[in-house]
Amino acid sequence: MAENNRAVLKLKEKFATSIIDVVEFRGEVTVTVAKDAIIEILSFLKQSLQYNQLTDLTAVDYLGKKEDRFMMVYQLLSIPHKDRLRIKTAVSESACTVPSATQVWATANWLEREVFDLFGITFDKHPDLRRILMTDDWVGHPLRKDYPLQGPDREPYKGRLS
Amino acid sequence: MGVDNPLGDNVITTSLDLLVNWSRKSSIWPMTFGLACCAIEMMATGASHNDLDRFGIIFRASPRQSDCIIIAGTVTKKMLPVIKTVYDQMPEPKWVIAMGACACSGGIFDTYSVVQGIDEALPVDVYIPGCPPRPEALLFGLMKLQDKIMKERNSFGSAIGLGERYIPEAA
Repeated sequence: MAENNRAVLKLKEKFATSIIDVVEFRGEVTVTVAKDAIIEILSFLKQSLQYNQLTDLTAVDYLGKKEDRFMMVYQLLSIPHKDRLRIKTAVSESACTVPSATQVWATANWLEREVFDLFGITFDKHPDLRRILMTDDWVGHPLRKDYPLQGPDREPYKGRLS
Repeated sequence: MGVDNPLGDNVITTSLDLLVNWSRKSSIWPMTFGLACCAIEMMATGASHNDLDRFGIIFRASPRQSDCIIIAGTVTKKMLPVIKTVYDQMPEPKWVIAMGACACSGGIFDTYSVVQGIDEALPVDVYIPGCPPRPEALLFGLMKLQDKIMKERNSFGSAIGLGERYIPEAA
């Protein structure tokens, strides 16, 4: 169960005020935390609990379905303990910046560039924040739910007409 | 037929044109522009089971040494200026083959980042549909390009600097 997970126990005793939610589903543990403590939590997980690989860093757009529009998701892997953990933090559209995880893992550099390019979430203290997948002069953030699939300059797909 | 042939229209010039066209079609050296899955089929066509070398087709890595460019795969908007630069680096005469559904028309990717057909940017000579086209289909497309090259007029004249090549419209 999630309560026996060593990471969850240590996080609860150290960061009790920042943890919003702990969920376990089919062996996967997800901890939702507050945005302001995210860097302390990530570096604590890396240094003390040996979650030494940031496998993925992405975002989800909950347009209209939740109060805070975006949710940042960090997927962590601990190679010595063979253990995975997911950390989520909610990011609202009005304060759309998150401290950058490049201070903890260097691999977060391009992953955060991808999130910035496709969602528009900016990262403080990121060494090189610019677009990575779209062209440099692209306007808009394509993976947001209100971005048209065919792009802003083409007509939307009308479905099978015949 | 509307084209000013400075060398005149006689059996010598047409035979020389045929000679030049035959030599060009028998040694099309494509620049492989394998972007996505169609590149695998292009490699399969170049492999031993369906052989491209028997047609005189040798894949050249550099655009400066090739006469044809085979756009094989999905073209994204980020890749488009690169393709234009590579095409501009190719010397005349040059031909373009759009291989696969994505190069012909964007394929199934009707999205914001995919160019809907490479003919938005380059003049395409042969379109080969398929996702991916079988090696036999690619061979058929290359043979169609060979037929198109054979029909060109005044190729000898343009090769020695007198007049332009005339490419008749497909019937």
